[in-house]
Amino acid sequence: MPSIGRDDVARLADLARIQLTEEETARFAGEFDSIMDAVASVSEVATEDVPATSHPIAMTNVLREDVVETTLTQEQALAGAPDAQDGRFAVPQILGEE
Amino acid sequence: MSASTRTSDIIRHSAATQAAALEAGEVSSEELTRAHFGRIAAVDGELNAFLHLNQDEALTTARDVDARRAAGEELHGLAGVPIAVKDVVVTEGQPTTAGSKILQGWIPPYDATLVRALRKAGLPILGKTNMDEFAMGSSTESSAYGPTRNPWDRDRIPGGSGGGSAAAVGSYEAPLAIGTDTGGSIRQPGAVTGTVGVKPTYGSVSRYGLIAMASSLDQAGPVTRTVEDSALLHELIAGHDPHDSTSLPDPVADLTAAARSQDVKGLRIGVIEELEGEGFAPEVRARFTESLDQLERAGAEIVRVTCPNFTYALGAYYLIMPSEASSNLAKFDGMRFGLRVIPEDHPTAENVMKATRGAGFGDEVKRRILLGTYALSAGYYDAYYGSAQKVRTLVQRDFAAAFEQVDVLASPTSPTVAFRLGEKIDDPTAMYMNDIATIPANLAGTPGISVPSGLAEDGLPAGIQFLAPARADARLYRVGGALEALLEDSWGGPLLAKAPELTNGAQR
Repeated sequence: MPSIGRDDVARLADLARIQLTEEETARFAGEFDSIMDAVASVSEVATEDVPATSHPIAMTNVLREDVVETTLTQEQALAGAPDAQDGRFAVPQILGEE
Repeated sequence: MSASTRTSDIIRHSAATQAAALEAGEVSSEELTRAHFGRIAAVDGELNAFLHLNQDEALTTARDVDARRAAGEELHGLAGVPIAVKDVVVTEGQPTTAGSKILQGWIPPYDATLVRALRKAGLPILGKTNMDEFAMGSSTESSAYGPTRNPWDRDRIPGGSGGGSAAAVGSYEAPLAIGTDTGGSIRQPGAVTGTVGVKPTYGSVSRYGLIAMASSLDQAGPVTRTVEDSALLHELIAGHDPHDSTSLPDPVADLTAAARSQDVKGLRIGVIEELEGEGFAPEVRARFTESLDQLERAGAEIVRVTCPNFTYALGAYYLIMPSEASSNLAKFDGMRFGLRVIPEDHPTAENVMKATRGAGFGDEVKRRILLGTYALSAGYYDAYYGSAQKVRTLVQRDFAAAFEQVDVLASPTSPTVAFRLGEKIDDPTAMYMNDIATIPANLAGTPGISVPSGLAEDGLPAGIQFLAPARADARLYRVGGALEALLEDSWGGPLLAKAPELTNGAQR
């Protein structure tokens, strides 16, 4: 099993969009190896002949009638927003990012 | 008996008894609701079971129920009985934080389906209960708002993630509460606080309006002081919901009748060999064995069964759960609701997301999101997430084979009694072991109940868990109700009567 080092944790944090401190990065790196060791046993029994189950109850598409129903009002939808302007969510700059 | 004496006594009775007193006109819902707020004021400063109290609205509901009852209106059987709701369930107009700083101050614009059912039935909602952040934990220590303490010993954890709901019910702050169970978060707190906790069949109670951690595992359910109360609440919140695509269309069974049947003659109970040996404390096992002896004397048949793949369930869970959590929690990005942290340099959307999530999430949430991101990443997906989903198949096969032989399965609910605050907080793998007995049911979608089995080490409560096939929740109430009656006969009353008294913050 590959070891999970600080650089790996930093890369995962970047993928997950979570800013970590140096201390957090170091601590998680130490913990992840022991956690992944503990879960490694799953591959022992997960042989090719065993099908995967993604959900406890067998699922098929569940579709409702295509009729208009009541939804949140614009005001309700924006009520918890950190910032809003002209009836829309105001978000930080998106264009111009690398 | 004066009204004040009557109401201070009645909060210690079951929800069913409180409902009967309301129906008989011996107490009003307003008196009952005020009595519970009085109890909260007296003891919650020590316990921290509630994150938010809903006093004005609860009393309005109570007065409305009283008026409707006085007018002769036919009401739901639990109308007027107060309830507490875990803070991961959204409540229109009332704060909902999921125990996280990232949602501090957020007021949902809608009700969860189960909350709508509670309101429709006329249950005053006392407030929102403390929990591990986003329901991630086994001790309620990962709440951003401080830990909840166990009513039996305030230096101990009340279990998790629903420690607030369990502590509220166990300390007579609320007769009923709602919990959610992703890997045992209703049953394990029930076991360590001497209360009853039920995880219904997956899909039988709507998840609409539950802030999701792991969508294929999460299930809301009752937290109560008696098996009958759980059945009454379970019947109220269960049923098909078109807002939840995983909601089962099945009619709700008569669970209350099952709880009251007191009959286990001929019931075959399977003891899961993999869930009673190594790692389970001797006194927890002793209470488990005594409970089985009681049931056997009452006519049940005890059978040993083996579920060999349960050994792998914990590992599979700790791959599936963080994987789903990493996806579900992506919406907490500081854009549309909740906390937004703007970094000083380069405040682009991506940097705002990183700063917001870095500041808004606690350690356990970060740890699980990163683990999930790892388990789902290219190159590791098949080895981790794919393998875990195969173990899920094997666990389901174990359940199917066991239920060929027996009607229900049994194990201790939690391997130990409540541990001390801080004891396992720095050791995630040790913390995760608390859920070893409860997790298989979440992987397979089967229902489970935890019932107090007696006092173990240090005079602290232990629980026994029963598991039934999916959609056969009534069997849990049959065996749980019967065992509760047998044990209470032997104890001379409910286990909670043995708990140290909590008054004005002073224990004993």
